[in-house]
Amino acid sequence: MLKTFNLGGVHPPENKLSKDKAIEVLPVPTSVFIPVAQHIGAPATPVVKRGDEVKVGQVIAKSSSFVSTNIHSSVSGKVKKVDFSSDSSGYPKEGIFIDVEGDEWIDGIDRSTDLVKEISVDGPEIIQKIQDAGIVGLGGATFPTHVKLVPPKGMKADVLLINGVECEPYLTSDHRLMLEKADEILVGTRLLMRALNVDKAVIGIENNKPDAIKLIKEKCKKYNGLSVVALKVQYPQGGEKQLINAVTGKEVPSGALPIAVGTVVSNVGTAYAVYEAIQKNKPLIERVVTVTGKGVSKPSNFLVRVGTATSELVDAAGGLPEDTGKVISGGPMMGRAIPSLDVPVTKGTSGILLMREQEATREETMTCIRCSRCTTVCPMGLEPYLLKKLGEKQIFDRAEKERIMDCIECGSCSYTCPSNLPLLDYIRYGKGKVGQIIRSRKK
Amino acid sequence: MSKLLTVSPSPHVHSSESTQKIMYRVVYAMIPALIWSVVVFGIDALRVTLIAVVASLAFEYLIQKYLMKVKPTITDGSALITGILLAFNVPANLPWWIILIGALAAIGIGKLSFGGLGSNIFNPALVGRVFLLISFPVQMTSWPVNKQAGIDAVTAATPLGLLKEGITNGTPISEIAGLPQLNDMLLGNIGGSLGEISAILLILGGLYMLWKKVITWHIPVSIILTVGIIAGIFWLINPEVYVNPAYHLLTGGLMLGAIFMATDMVSSPMTVKGQLIYGVGIGVITISIRMFGAYPEGISFAILIMNAVTPILNYYIKPKRFGGQ
Repeated sequence: MLKTFNLGGVHPPENKLSKDKAIEVLPVPTSVFIPVAQHIGAPATPVVKRGDEVKVGQVIAKSSSFVSTNIHSSVSGKVKKVDFSSDSSGYPKEGIFIDVEGDEWIDGIDRSTDLVKEISVDGPEIIQKIQDAGIVGLGGATFPTHVKLVPPKGMKADVLLINGVECEPYLTSDHRLMLEKADEILVGTRLLMRALNVDKAVIGIENNKPDAIKLIKEKCKKYNGLSVVALKVQYPQGGEKQLINAVTGKEVPSGALPIAVGTVVSNVGTAYAVYEAIQKNKPLIERVVTVTGKGVSKPSNFLVRVGTATSELVDAAGGLPEDTGKVISGGPMMGRAIPSLDVPVTKGTSGILLMREQEATREETMTCIRCSRCTTVCPMGLEPYLLKKLGEKQIFDRAEKERIMDCIECGSCSYTCPSNLPLLDYIRYGKGKVGQIIRSRKK
Repeated sequence: MSKLLTVSPSPHVHSSESTQKIMYRVVYAMIPALIWSVVVFGIDALRVTLIAVVASLAFEYLIQKYLMKVKPTITDGSALITGILLAFNVPANLPWWIILIGALAAIGIGKLSFGGLGSNIFNPALVGRVFLLISFPVQMTSWPVNKQAGIDAVTAATPLGLLKEGITNGTPISEIAGLPQLNDMLLGNIGGSLGEISAILLILGGLYMLWKKVITWHIPVSIILTVGIIAGIFWLINPEVYVNPAYHLLTGGLMLGAIFMATDMVSSPMTVKGQLIYGVGIGVITISIRMFGAYPEGISFAILIMNAVTPILNYYIKPKRFGGQ
């Protein structure tokens, strides 16, 4: 029996159309828009102004607090302006526009593809370098990685989990990275282990990627303390709490962080970025993005500079199909529908999914028949039908008691509801309100 | 880019599941028992079912359109189920006008007075059946003879009716005449309401619904086990007064109730723990009425009583939360 998490979950059609497409390097675009808030926490502060010449890898916005991180230029050229433009949230966000000239990198970055296996830095230095390189969780949550590596006082990590689950349908960027950069990911994992001072790391991969499981298993033999766990395909296994539960059997208590059960979770993409930052001195300026969808003529995996407009990726994958109804940044379960193709790729963009018109509309809703499917599939053991009603009727104190804040917004309830009810929409609304109430109570 | 894109919150995909599909799967699951009813009661069974179904759909349409002034929802399949279940719960020789009254009680009182599908507290078909049982006790308890049983008469008592009468008169069970054999009960060669007589075909329908994930095992199994265990204990204590538990399981409306009526999603609890309590409750009340009550059969009342308890179960019984309480 393969391991998986203990509560709920769904298994949507996987549709991994691009899983056999090797990562292609997307040409450097002619201009980029690099938002200064590409992570959870305080936005970085721009340190360049209009007219400045920048090189690839140069810091253009500085971390403004501990839970924040640096932003580097992904291109060389001239700063056109520092201004607002919409990111994947749809809201205008501050960022730096750069007109590209050539491709000139700052000194000290090793751009070769040679594997550097020898680790010559100690823990604190690794954490400092990760912070300097602007590394955030690349699985989509974009939490600054250096913050995770410094456990709160009195807590200690025993095991590092590397997330190679990629449970979102369609997305294949982590899968390709594992196949093409296995050694680099494992060296990155060793670096994270040293930073955390743990001697054990487990890489969790879902069983729909047998080639990656086999390869990483084979490679793990050459590294101390690394192992692979094959997991049953079940969404949302890539959720931090679900992955910890699947691999270790432990449950992160309500409201607590993974460190409460002695674990730290990092994505395979993050491990790769850590490798590049420490061994190659290369900040986080590019990432792998899957471009996919049923109407896409060439589903692909691209290595893309941060700040590249979505339209460039779509063109490289064969252009925007005529009947496109919705464009999603991320996967179909948790990704965000973006309002235009001008939205840039940021550190957290794992994929661009083009949905056809008929896939993009929601079906007509019916009344709740209390079938309890939403309760059955909720991985947090909540009752979505009830939370939805409490949100709708604005009964927030009860919603808080019913643990609305535990919701991880995986969307399994809305996905599964036979009456097509927008359960998660109302739960999100309720969460927002309850969150406000909790914050005002603390003041 | 000139074209406007759809922007909506996640998730952006939906399972192929729909309420209508669930409802029609329940209908498919009832077809074997329906066919069997025609075999044993003749064309009368079909007559009762058709009247019940057409009346249920018509009342739903008329009440929604002209009284509630909302868009009629007769295509969702739920009124169709109510109609078939109502027919399953009455004798096959019931006059047409009584069926109409039953359908009106089921749809009008049981379902639409609460607001329609999803809002009703009680199983509508059972509301209809109990309404008829209390209003027309004679017609509701004179069952036509099962053609497969080979008895020469027009009407006959049900096995549970015979049993109740015998025990009330103080006759030891071994001396009560006319009690059916185990295999006849299993196959459905006994008297009773239209759709309740063949345990094996009802179980077949239940297995289909389990396979299609329309229902889970918790409610039917907890009811059947509870009835079986309690009946078994009493039988072991005194087999002359308390009948073999197989008799309780295979006669009357137990299988129909446990598989098709108690599992009604709208009126049953939302959590697994709640469903188990609900099932055990139905089992206890059913067997209590059968053994100690005035009526020979008690599953309808048991389900309705536990339907009323369901909101309390939903309020107090919570699913296992991730990360402890």
